[in-house]
Amino acid sequence: MDGVHDMGGMDGFGKVEPEPNEPVFHADWEGRVMAMNRAMGATGAWNIDMSRFSREVLPPAVYLASSYYRKWFLGLEQMLLERGLIGADEVAAGRALHPAKPLKRGNFTVADVERIMTRGSFSRPPQEPARYKPGDRVRAKNIHPATHTRLPRYVRGHVGTVDRLHGCHVFPDAAATGRGDNPQWLYTVRFDSRELWGPEADPTVTVSVDAFEPYLDFA
Amino acid sequence: MSDHSHDDHHGSELGEMQLRVRALETILTEKGYVDPKALDLIIEAYETKIGPHNGARVVAKAWADPEFKRRLLEDGSKTIASLGHVSRVGDHLVAVENTPQVHNMVVCTLCSCYPWEMLGLPPVWYKAAPYRSRAVKDPRGVLADFGVTLPKETEIRVWDSTAETRFIVLPMRPAGTDGWGEERLAELVTRDSMIGTGLPKVPQKPPQGAA
Repeated sequence: MDGVHDMGGMDGFGKVEPEPNEPVFHADWEGRVMAMNRAMGATGAWNIDMSRFSREVLPPAVYLASSYYRKWFLGLEQMLLERGLIGADEVAAGRALHPAKPLKRGNFTVADVERIMTRGSFSRPPQEPARYKPGDRVRAKNIHPATHTRLPRYVRGHVGTVDRLHGCHVFPDAAATGRGDNPQWLYTVRFDSRELWGPEADPTVTVSVDAFEPYLDFA
Repeated sequence: MSDHSHDDHHGSELGEMQLRVRALETILTEKGYVDPKALDLIIEAYETKIGPHNGARVVAKAWADPEFKRRLLEDGSKTIASLGHVSRVGDHLVAVENTPQVHNMVVCTLCSCYPWEMLGLPPVWYKAAPYRSRAVKDPRGVLADFGVTLPKETEIRVWDSTAETRFIVLPMRPAGTDGWGEERLAELVTRDSMIGTGLPKVPQKPPQGAA
């Protein structure tokens, strides 16, 4: 979706402000939100792309005004409500009022912690040979799906060069809408900054995105 | 949903969030979906075990061992996994090398993708709008915010992490570190130097008379 989360190239957000000796969490609740997200994701209640989409659909003003972990919390609560894993009456009461629903991979226990500390693999067996190879000139499609996609707006319609082939991966656009893995070839595609930002752009800068095959055409 | 009002202070959001998060955890716990002790362990791992020191050891080893560096650049995940003791890294980790000609910088414009296993959880600035919006359009301006100036002819390659691939920058080994061991080298590797928004620390000259 063409949301405010797709920030590449936007102006007006000001300077980057690194915080010296930044703590891992700025409040205890941030850690609880991070851990609840990881735990509920591991139960199979949703996948990572559904989780990303739950934050992308936050109202733009809320997205921009919320801290990172507040966005995570709002997305988490919404996903739990949508799946009927919790009820709005329970949120209002601050305690469980109804029986639990079964989770795909079971409840999250201490024994599950080790498992989630290593990222899962997103590689999948290919259905067809890769269409592009490093060096090929490709154009990012001018597409605007209303659902989750990982093709940022700032490259759409622009021509770049295939830099790397990463193998065949779970396709986020399909996974986010519950349409299975639908594996697709994944490429790093590199763009000259003048192609993206016009003739005045810094000629020493190039920008790459990792693009799934359905995002690309031969240029 | 009530959001910030004009006179809202940061602390009041924390109060609201503390209450809401506590309530949600209570519900999830009472339903049995999550064990709070398991949540404690996840938090503890990111507060104490998984952080930039993991990545720093990999960088230091690449500086000290050319064969390891060659393999790291060829297949980041497999090569780091072969170390075993550093960090249990998943698939799709890609190391990109800085040279006198090329400087690499990593961003996630769409959310906050970051090599957690190598660097821990990302800092706030990495996940915030100023970095995500500007890194792909004005990387030299972003570097200036970090106090970093590169020669104007240096090529800057920005890597936007738009899939499950994760990137870690292999910075250039600082001059004046000949003969240094991996542990000493690792102390020069900063988190930001592995994101590409910083450079490694400059080695301090040993005091006169020291070996």
